[in-house]
Amino acid sequence: MTTSTTLPRRVSYRFSWVGMIGFAIILFWAVIALLAPHITPYPVGEIIDEDYFGPISSKLLLGSDYLGRDMLSRIIMGARYTVGISLAAVCLACFSGAALGMAAAVIGGWFDTLLSRLLDALNSIPSKLSGLVVAAAVGSSLPVLILMLAVIYTPGAYRFARSLAVNVNTMDYITVARTRGEGIPYVVFSEILPNITGPLLADFGIRFVFVVLLLSGLSFLGLGVQPPYADWGALVHENIGGLPFGAPAVIVPSLAIASLTISVNLLIDNLPKKIRDRST
Amino acid sequence: MENLVEIRDLRVEATTDAGRRIEIIKGIDLDVAPGEIVALIGESGSGKTTIALTIMGYARPGCRISSGSVTVAGKDMVTLSERQRARVRGLEVSYVPQSAAAAFNPSKRIIDQVVEVTRIHRLMPLAQAREKAISLFRALSLPNPEEIGNRYPHQVSGGQLQRLAAAMALIADPKLVIFDEPTTALDVTTQIEVLRAFKAVMKKSGIAGVYVSHDLAVVAQIADRIVVLRGGDVQEVGSTADILSDAKHPYTRELLSAFEPKSRGESVVVAAPEHAPLLKVNGLIAGYGPVQADGLPLVKAVQEASLSLERGRNLGIIGESGCGKSTLARSIAGILPASAGQLILDGHELARSARQRSREQLRELQIVFQHADTSLNPAKTIEEILGRPLKFYHGMKGKVRDARIDELLDMVRLPKTLRSRTPAELSGGQKQRVNFARALAAEPKLIVCDEITSALDTVVAAAVIDLLKEMQRELSLSYIFISHDLSVVEAICDEIVVMYNGRKVEEITPAISKVPQHPYSKLLFSSVPKLDPSWLDRLERDPELVKTYVHG
Repeated sequence: MTTSTTLPRRVSYRFSWVGMIGFAIILFWAVIALLAPHITPYPVGEIIDEDYFGPISSKLLLGSDYLGRDMLSRIIMGARYTVGISLAAVCLACFSGAALGMAAAVIGGWFDTLLSRLLDALNSIPSKLSGLVVAAAVGSSLPVLILMLAVIYTPGAYRFARSLAVNVNTMDYITVARTRGEGIPYVVFSEILPNITGPLLADFGIRFVFVVLLLSGLSFLGLGVQPPYADWGALVHENIGGLPFGAPAVIVPSLAIASLTISVNLLIDNLPKKIRDRST
Repeated sequence: MENLVEIRDLRVEATTDAGRRIEIIKGIDLDVAPGEIVALIGESGSGKTTIALTIMGYARPGCRISSGSVTVAGKDMVTLSERQRARVRGLEVSYVPQSAAAAFNPSKRIIDQVVEVTRIHRLMPLAQAREKAISLFRALSLPNPEEIGNRYPHQVSGGQLQRLAAAMALIADPKLVIFDEPTTALDVTTQIEVLRAFKAVMKKSGIAGVYVSHDLAVVAQIADRIVVLRGGDVQEVGSTADILSDAKHPYTRELLSAFEPKSRGESVVVAAPEHAPLLKVNGLIAGYGPVQADGLPLVKAVQEASLSLERGRNLGIIGESGCGKSTLARSIAGILPASAGQLILDGHELARSARQRSREQLRELQIVFQHADTSLNPAKTIEEILGRPLKFYHGMKGKVRDARIDELLDMVRLPKTLRSRTPAELSGGQKQRVNFARALAAEPKLIVCDEITSALDTVVAAAVIDLLKEMQRELSLSYIFISHDLSVVEAICDEIVVMYNGRKVEEITPAISKVPQHPYSKLLFSSVPKLDPSWLDRLERDPELVKTYVHG
């Protein structure tokens, strides 16, 4: 490590092995989600095991579910829904939250007050409860799920981005940009955003975990992803009857949820650090 | 044992983020005799504070004492265990920090914090400690010594708090006190009181001192011996009189020459007198807080200031902290819109708020801030920082812009290789040059400089001032130069406005008369430390005047 950094003007990063493990697991699930239809050993909906809650065997690597379908294939397809829906929702939430938060910090005044109170009000509704109400009222389809999750997690992202941006907004370089006559979009995206990207990314990670857990929770309650599709939460729900038998069908999707959320946490706690070494 | 402190071949190492070790103190020797005050002087990064802290056996996080010995009253602080060091600290060696405001706990009464040392070391009963603290307050000429200890830190002024911090350091009758730039954050009129108090107490009780400072004139008043440091190495050691009159080392001479009064030279009046002034400020009122019935803010930081600046000439605004000079600069630039008054730039009236000014008006009037650290976006490269005003005001793109950036860097005497660096990778002086180059990029007529040299080392500040003068000759600029430092303002300005308590008290034209008339100006001008070591002792101030104007 010491020799590689003595080269002048080369930016080095330090990435701990814990972070790398987290990153590897996330990458693994992302690849599975992308390639899902091509790598499932059996068609997802097909009943192939004459026994239900079948054990792990050489034919069925993760056993079979409550109808005798291949669990491995269902996990692989479930990755698509869990990762895909959560990612879409968290992207929406963090993008709108960060954009609104930075704008509120820069514009200030009544715009800030109004937006903050509005989103505070939204934030005061318990997330699971509002998820249940919406899913029960308008029915549960994929677009509704994504939008609902995004709306639930926008106020948090807004608060976080706003508090970061408020601090940056007091810096003299913002005053310089404003006395130069720069507009709000330039100040937000060119002056403030580059200085808060790190914390925003960390927030993105945490929020992704929250969304995965809420989505899984909703699906477990039967209000999330609807049959014949199933995400990991729905897989736990479907196969909860296998719990007394110790069936892999109920344990494996739970492990999948845990591995994804924990590795995201590991990664954001151990993001690569830029090595500052001015004396070189 | 003759000397109280003997430092032999001291080396301190720091570990960088990349895990490399660099030596920041490169084998220095230093002696302090009992009762002697030794000053460590040098620019930022010269290692003066690091050396001072090793006398307590302390190295800041990331640093460690790698070799050498620091003997204090017969004990080698380097080899002592942490527990043994703690026994020495406060009792034999104590410390007065630069910022007393940050050193006091805001939620406890001052006296409880002052006597804390006696409690930790179980020296004397509480009542006796309190009595001793009060006698120290008296010795340090604090007002109302019986009562002042019962206040909280925010209820006393900066100069008083600094003296209270000294009382905290002196309560256990230490053999040595380390002063780490104790007056740097104070106004000049306050600084005098604090210096006098320190000097009197130290001489009376025969305590040795290590005085860390970057200000040669302050050190000249208090130190017996001066050690000049640079880059972690001792450059020169000598008695105060020797260093001041007969400096051997070129770096010491450079430090001294920064103190020589620099005349403004012949002023370059470009415009004929019949032309309208470049900037005219009429009855400007600005402040903070809710707007009152009369349409003015609750707290008026600037009250009816009127100024006029001719083209190609410079106006200096001086005053102490809280006099409203920075607020005036901000309302001229439209950052804090004035509540009343008129601003006329080059014959056209300016809107009070920058938001309502045209792009052309904004371009003509640029402002440069004191702290280059917060004025330059840390996430951007120098190229991006300088390129933005070029694109914004002049629509420059691609090669034309690149060429102009190189030109600007060249103007402010920075190498072109800095283009791709971020501000964090530059030194303080380099950052301030970039900060200034950004204002030049707009091709303004007037640049408002708000304390742009006060965060810089003496030698670097002198270079920046020279640069400003040079730019003026080449580009026919005008400056409004705001500072608390009289010598800086005198070096560059044709006219000087003295502000006190939000009002303009006097306007001086150094070319005509260097002698201020107003009592406050007189007090301010006479409070600037001179290199002469007997200056502080000979200085006589009218007690009435001090009472009226000094709140330190």
